[in-house]
Amino acid sequence: MHIPDGFIDIPTSATFAALSAVGVAASLKGAARSLDEKTAPLAGLTATFIFAVQMLNFPVAAGTSGHLLGGALAAILVGPYVATLSLTVVLLMQALLFADGGLSAAGLNIFNMSLLGVWFGYGAFLLAKKILPKNKVSITAAAAFAGLISVPAAALGFTLQYALGATATFSLTTVLTAMVGTHILIGIGEAIITGLSVSAVMASRPDLVYGYRGTKKSLEIREG
Amino acid sequence: MKNPLVAAGLALSLVLAGGASYYASSQPDGLEKVAGDVGFLDSAKASVVEDSPLAGYGVTGIENERISGGLAGVIGVASTAAISFGLFYALRRFKKDKS
Repeated sequence: MHIPDGFIDIPTSATFAALSAVGVAASLKGAARSLDEKTAPLAGLTATFIFAVQMLNFPVAAGTSGHLLGGALAAILVGPYVATLSLTVVLLMQALLFADGGLSAAGLNIFNMSLLGVWFGYGAFLLAKKILPKNKVSITAAAAFAGLISVPAAALGFTLQYALGATATFSLTTVLTAMVGTHILIGIGEAIITGLSVSAVMASRPDLVYGYRGTKKSLEIREG
Repeated sequence: MKNPLVAAGLALSLVLAGGASYYASSQPDGLEKVAGDVGFLDSAKASVVEDSPLAGYGVTGIENERISGGLAGVIGVASTAAISFGLFYALRRFKKDKS
């Protein structure tokens, strides 16, 4: 999913870099409101863990692999603003140190994974949480659903960028179908890893899970 | 460390990036595969940091793939942790100063 330099022309890349900068600036503001003594270390861990797991490509179909994007996972664990910052740190480290994702494409990648992946994932999580019964298992199920949605959402972002500024001239429908089809498969892997990771944190420190806090409160009221 | 979850999570990250990454699939990822199938893979240009000593998740000069990739993973985890913990602690402090 990391776009290299050259796929998308410079004007389009610059436009998305500007959009991403606005999104990251808003996230800095939002994150400063939500981070405290207890959540700051979990936020650092989330970014670090996502970097590590992004190295673990899993096979999805003949000749194709995928890896965790982590936007949904981060949004559920630390909230969408801190998640956007976490993913942005990961993407910048990858582009600057490991030549994974182009530098001129950094704005494109941040838009797709740090903004679309995070917010579509978070939206899907809230929706699923609303429908499902209010318990811990539902948090894991909603997390998996969020992971599943977040990957094709990011793939749609690439398709939009391709439509606006591709340097090549292949049919947009071909790119759209191939991108969404492949990334739904990768989304299944994302769903599994997101569900497992969220359930592991829920088992040890549910009080730290951003996406669980509201749920917990209503449960406590009923118990009392 | 005060928070055992954070300590365990960081240790797991080191193990995954430093060890397990050796067993990761080396098939093209979703975007690369689509680009190849559709035909626009050729439009990719090498990154300007292509000559970085860590480019492609390996350490230049180390022949053994397991050590080279594992070390690159460990460096990546350490760097990401340094930047992200620094950023999030700074933001938390910023909030405290304002109130």
